[in-house]
Amino acid sequence: MQESVEKTKAMVQHLAAVNAILEKNEYDPGRLIPILQETQEVYKYLSRDVISYLATSLDVPVAHVYGVATFYAHFSLEPKGKHIIRICDGTACHVKKSTGIQQHIYKRLGLNDDKRTTDDLLFTLEMVSCLGACGLAPVVVIDEEVYGQVTPAMIDDILDKIIAEEKNAKGEE
Amino acid sequence: MTNIPAKTPDLEKIAAHYKQQVADLKRRVIICGGTGCIANGALKVRDAICAEMEKAGEKAVIDLMSHEDHSGETYFSKSGCQGFCQVGPILRIEPEGIFYCHVKPEDAAEIVNVTLKTGEIIDRLVYVDPVSKKPRRHEDEITFYTRQNRVVLKNCLIEPDNIEEYIYNEGYKAARKALTEMSAEQICQKIIDAGLRGRGGGGFPTGLKWKFTLASKGDKKYVICNGDEGDPGAFMDRSVMEGNPHAVLEGMMIAGKAVGADEGVVYVRTEYPLAVQRMRNAIKAAEERGLLGNNLFQSGFNFHVRVVEGAGAFVCGEETALMASIEGKRGMPSPKPPFPAERGLYGKPTVINNVETLASIPYIMRKGVEVYRSVGTEKSPGTKTFALTGHVANTGLIEVPFGTTLREIVYNIGGGVTDNAGHVTGEDFKAVQIGGPSGGCLTPDLLDLPLDFDSLKGAGAMVGSGGLVVMNKQTCMVSIARFFMQFTQNESCGKCVPCREGTKQMLFLLDDIINGRANEDTLELLEQTAKAVQLGSLCGLGKTAPNPVLSTLHNFREEYEAHVYRKICPTGECKALARPEIDAALCKGCTACVRKCPVGAITGKVKEAHVIDADKCIKCGACKAACRFNAITGI
Repeated sequence: MQESVEKTKAMVQHLAAVNAILEKNEYDPGRLIPILQETQEVYKYLSRDVISYLATSLDVPVAHVYGVATFYAHFSLEPKGKHIIRICDGTACHVKKSTGIQQHIYKRLGLNDDKRTTDDLLFTLEMVSCLGACGLAPVVVIDEEVYGQVTPAMIDDILDKIIAEEKNAKGEE
Repeated sequence: MTNIPAKTPDLEKIAAHYKQQVADLKRRVIICGGTGCIANGALKVRDAICAEMEKAGEKAVIDLMSHEDHSGETYFSKSGCQGFCQVGPILRIEPEGIFYCHVKPEDAAEIVNVTLKTGEIIDRLVYVDPVSKKPRRHEDEITFYTRQNRVVLKNCLIEPDNIEEYIYNEGYKAARKALTEMSAEQICQKIIDAGLRGRGGGGFPTGLKWKFTLASKGDKKYVICNGDEGDPGAFMDRSVMEGNPHAVLEGMMIAGKAVGADEGVVYVRTEYPLAVQRMRNAIKAAEERGLLGNNLFQSGFNFHVRVVEGAGAFVCGEETALMASIEGKRGMPSPKPPFPAERGLYGKPTVINNVETLASIPYIMRKGVEVYRSVGTEKSPGTKTFALTGHVANTGLIEVPFGTTLREIVYNIGGGVTDNAGHVTGEDFKAVQIGGPSGGCLTPDLLDLPLDFDSLKGAGAMVGSGGLVVMNKQTCMVSIARFFMQFTQNESCGKCVPCREGTKQMLFLLDDIINGRANEDTLELLEQTAKAVQLGSLCGLGKTAPNPVLSTLHNFREEYEAHVYRKICPTGECKALARPEIDAALCKGCTACVRKCPVGAITGKVKEAHVIDADKCIKCGACKAACRFNAITGI
């Protein structure tokens, strides 16, 4: 009982944010994409519940919202890690061996083509098409920070730093 | 800035105000603020230099509009992408025009105490020509720049967030003239006469597109700026939006007047956060100055612009899909006709132009048809920006007249082809991929082909959005074709069966070839499927998706055949086909490879030649990396 009360409370709190987003976009179904983008920023992904809540609020079929959410690569229907690593696999990065970087991170974090998020929900690895910084190939973006002419050693340094920071933050708690 | 009236802007007064502000400056330092240089720490460099200046008791200013009196100050402006991303962060010091590259925050003190004080050049920071090894202290000595002809990118040295500087550089004068002195028909005719062709790939005459939209009847019309630059290996539009956002807006205003539209939408892919931000800043600044809004220049013409962000779908670069996306739907293309000029966004007549096309408009309006046509070729006038990347010494953004040869671009501007270790060798050139996933490969025998819309089509490639990826001899062309196929297969929206299923089958066939499972039927089947996809798809994505495969099949058939019949990859890139062997003559028996092999596939006595057990070998290449005598071959 207590548990479900807590859950509902948390949900109501979250929905306040979604309602604000809907309000800002004037409940306009034509603005579905920005609505989904802003909602995903709050939750980091689009859950089933949120999708049906948005559909009801906008008075469109759930299938329509689901259709749009699955069409665009930017939307995720699964929870993502706290830190998002995006490896650019545009042509320029590809010929400069971005897949080697991918393999290195796979090994380092225990990921593979089917498993993109670490069990501790700390990292998600994505291969993305061109980030438009081809002059710096190969390029990796970690949490909005762009790293150019990346090497496996550089990746190790960055990951070490993030992991250490996370450990410290946990220790302080 | 408060003394400038918000409505009916007086451009001359704004320009005079800017001129007076910069006249008092002691110096100007321009730090490249494109995505590339910022990624390399450009803003940290700027902050470090500013901190050093403060220590030295010098005054620095970052935002000219923050206060009025700038006497004795050094102005640190950021520019748009200067194109030479590879040597970033780039710093230019005016008035001497000193060009520093690879600048780090640690260099700040020396820059402040030496160059900024005395104008003396720090040799460590200047660019060194990769071929002649000579230092190049100023931009006009660097081949990468001197061989270009910058029109659209010219203004990328100005501060993109300062509308006054754009106006000082003749900005918005073309829009004022178009709005107050010209009729819609006159504008269309001028662009038709200039021969401007759409920079987004197809090369359709822009003026004609406008004329059709003007002729469509409608109470409401739209202008869309297509900034959904999804081609892997292309970043021209990003750079223009980041570096010269007001030129894009001015182009949209003129397009609006020409077709009778009062609303503009800039559609930018979400992967370009900086471009989104700079476009939004520019719109806000233009609104504040009365350059966007109602009754512009007292002409009775209204124009409003908003930015819409994409959500990561390559197909949305196709105009009908892009409009569906703006309307909040799945970005699926629809059949043409009706063309957007008749029924576009929300069912209203719409003109869609590429970023670079729109940014060329103010220049044409200001300079006139003759000047514009004086460069380029008869049928493709003007200049084109290309993103030069891959195995080339100088990577970055370039702008050259149409008709420039590939040789000029690769060897003179690009500084030559590099091997995998990054050294210019002079004999490594294999191919240039142009036009991204819709384009094709150009081979060494086409080095002297003048590049324009029509010549490239004749060569089985296309300008596309202008990505030029140079590839060296260590690049496997089958892998490259597979790379593009995987891209289009991923991005196929799924509406047309031949595209959705055909690209998948083509990918399977390419995988067969790469993994040694192909037989004598594979290549023919691949070609047939490719043709079916071309014929049976609705939009440009499907129609052109087979191009990289067909073009490599045409130009590098022997490489495909080696994979299929002899089961070898000539470049050694396809690991599944690798058959590593140890050259007994070269092997010294040092055992380095034995220790590195993760599966114990290598055996042999010390100081005797070793052998690899092909059954155990997993082709990881660790032995090759470990060998100091180049004795391991076939991988």
